[in-house]
Amino acid sequence: METAENYLVKGDPLLEIKDLKVSFKTDEGIIPAVDGVNISLKRGHTLGLVGESGSGKSVSTWAVLQLLPKSAIIHKGSSIKFHCKDGESVELTDFKSKSREIRNIRGGEISLIFQEPMSSFSPVYTVGNQIMEAVRAHRDVSKEEAEGIAIDMLSRVGIPNPKRRFKQYPFELSGGMRQRAMISVALSSNPSLLIADEPTTALDVTIQAQVLNLMKELQEELGMAIIFITHNLGVIAQIADEIAVMYLGGIVEQGTRHDIFHNPKHPYTMNLLRAIPRLGKTDGGRLVAIEGQIPSPMERPSGCCFHTRCSEYMPDRCNVNIPQITQISPEHTVRCFLYES
Amino acid sequence: MSEQPHRLMEIKNLKKSFPLQTGFLGTGGTETVIAVDDVSFYIESGETLGLVGESGSGKTTIGRSILRAIEPTSGSVHFEPREGEAYEVTGLSNREMKAVRPHMQMIFQDPYSSLNPRMTVRDIIAEPLVVNKLLKGTDIDKRVLEVALRCKLNVEHLRRFPHAFSGGQRQRIGIARALVMHPRFIVCDEAVSALDVSVQAEILNLLGDLQEEFELTYLFIAHDLSAVEYISDRVAVLYLGRIVEIAPSKELFFSPLHPYTSALMSAIPAPDPDSPMQPIILKGEIPSPINPPSGCHFHPRCQFVQTECKTMRPELKEYKPGHYSACHFSDVMELPGASELGESSSIRTSKIRSSN
Ligand SMILES: Nc1ncnc2c1ncn2[C@@H]1O[C@H](COP(=O)(O)OP(=O)(O)OP(=O)(O)O)[C@@H](O)[C@H]1O
Ligand SMILES: Nc1ncnc2c1ncn2[C@@H]1O[C@H](COP(=O)(O)OP(=O)(O)OP(=O)(O)O)[C@@H](O)[C@H]1O
Ligand code: SF4
Ligand code: SF4
Ligand SMILES: [Mg+2]
Ligand SMILES: [Mg+2]
Repeated sequence: METAENYLVKGDPLLEIKDLKVSFKTDEGIIPAVDGVNISLKRGHTLGLVGESGSGKSVSTWAVLQLLPKSAIIHKGSSIKFHCKDGESVELTDFKSKSREIRNIRGGEISLIFQEPMSSFSPVYTVGNQIMEAVRAHRDVSKEEAEGIAIDMLSRVGIPNPKRRFKQYPFELSGGMRQRAMISVALSSNPSLLIADEPTTALDVTIQAQVLNLMKELQEELGMAIIFITHNLGVIAQIADEIAVMYLGGIVEQGTRHDIFHNPKHPYTMNLLRAIPRLGKTDGGRLVAIEGQIPSPMERPSGCCFHTRCSEYMPDRCNVNIPQITQISPEHTVRCFLYES
Repeated sequence: MSEQPHRLMEIKNLKKSFPLQTGFLGTGGTETVIAVDDVSFYIESGETLGLVGESGSGKTTIGRSILRAIEPTSGSVHFEPREGEAYEVTGLSNREMKAVRPHMQMIFQDPYSSLNPRMTVRDIIAEPLVVNKLLKGTDIDKRVLEVALRCKLNVEHLRRFPHAFSGGQRQRIGIARALVMHPRFIVCDEAVSALDVSVQAEILNLLGDLQEEFELTYLFIAHDLSAVEYISDRVAVLYLGRIVEIAPSKELFFSPLHPYTSALMSAIPAPDPDSPMQPIILKGEIPSPINPPSGCHFHPRCQFVQTECKTMRPELKEYKPGHYSACHFSDVMELPGASELGESSSIRTSKIRSSN
């Protein structure tokens, strides 16, 4: 039988984020956490999202799923367009966070692996119970079938004795096991987009390699696209097709992984690559961190928001005007005056 | 103020097991998870010992047992914050622990659940000073601001509540809280893994500076092996609750003697798309600490396994000065280590007889 899903083709547009702006209202004022992010992701592709901690990576993904806290506002003019499995495309910012529509999207179309594995499990139910819930929320299966799927998923992400672990509570698992249990929840619903926020940080490198392989396998099998957020540039170099680099709420550079690793243009990107501790190469010396203080999110620097820390800073230009997007090659863009003619 | 290094921590035969409910509705007998299985090691004052290994191998449990955040099942922890001032930590009463606690701190793996959501950042960082009555009044605020700034937090951050911070920012709050006591010994449990590489570099530099300034001693637990190699003087590798190898950092990374260490090193992802990972695939199921394999715990997954491995537990023995390994064949093995990143990995072949 032919279903709509048969027409889904790798490389078709899946997610288009245009000029996304998110702010938080706090007692001390407004925090512009995401300030004009543009992302377009194709079916079956992997986008790596890297950058400063606090630059808005997680908040951008919460906006996609309408999971923002109440104190957050998505600005007018922001658009997040998503192409569903049935061929329809929807505007996710139109959905209320508790609406049926968005709940069908969560898990059914888009799965999210949260950055914090502990707080996304409820402490009072067993791990197995919670995975079964997630499976049954999006698939029409019996309890027994759901249990089978859950246990199979636990063993695919490398959890030993999955049947027994199934009956344990979250606090009884090590950090890495909780993380793997989270991953199995996210993958159990066959999503067409997986958003993985630091999914392998708590895993040892052999399991990490195994989980990355599993993700690639499922990507092949299901044509799943992935947004992969991590600070580990080694992992990004191995898994991402394209990479977007964020600083203070905006994307400062975007390109293929070869562009970013071999031909970085933005001073911030170059700084990041220089800060990596390289095995056997940093003997006794200090690591190269970026100069200066991270600006407070409430006092965004004028002009180019990196100018307070940039070694290439040009007075009267960088602190006055906002650099526009410059195209280096069809897939490689950067926001910096060094490349504007 | 440089002292002669002495053994600041000496851990002997540490064991920790947890009961596990089995059977339908817990009606079966209780089995146990042996999380830490007879582990001994020492850390010198001013030294950083890295602790790496599978997830679930017992790293956090070791850290927490040393600090008596949980009660070890057996074994001893000898702690000498200064020469001449020594404690048998495992035998102390709760009251006696009060004198020791300020010297030992932990930076936690999970910055989300370890910070009280109802306290401001200032109060979170100040809490250990208040609880231990170390400083009073404005001295507290001075100290809090000093460590906050060193951890790259700013004055405004101090007034906010933890939920308003990103993962990396919360981790810096946790680090500031541990440093505020000026302790002698810190367990850093995945302390930098939530940070971007630039802040990570800053924090690693900071941990290094503070170590020199205050002769701090670290137990540095992490999965990011490049960070471990950078910061550690020596590194211990844990597998299913046992130390399988311990050696000076460089030697462990580039000339490992244990097949598990070698597999770990092969799976480090290079920050270069042109050096694809070629991890040594560990065959078979990951065994569980509920029912660990006999003999050498690693034998069901080891490519060099021999019959004696299935029955005899290999002792942790010294093969080169300061380089210990728990494998029956460490004297004849030549294993590939990590490849220096930035260079294409050259896979060296192993000389040991291969199993059929
Ligand atoms: N509930 C909230 N209230 C107020 N501000 C918030 C809230 N959640 C996040 N922020 C702010 O929004 C900004 C972006 O945070 P976000 O969590 O997206 O960062 P991130 O890029 O994911 O960082 P990390 O790599 O550290 O996880 C930060 O400045 C953070 O302080
Ligand atoms: N409170 C507890 N109750 C029952 N079992 C526990 C408890 N804490 C830890 N364990 C078990 O002890 C073993 C070791 O856990 P531990 O957290 O020390 O591992 P770890 O090496 O720190 O792993 P990770 O790298 O994933 O953080 C695991 O099998 C875990 O499930
Ligand atoms: S625009 Fe100016 S300040 Fe900004 S990154 Fe480029 S050179 Fe640096
Ligand atoms: S003792 Fe045997 S099974 Fe264990 S690591 Fe050595 S060769 Fe492998
Ligand atoms: Mg985040
Ligand atoms: Mg742990």
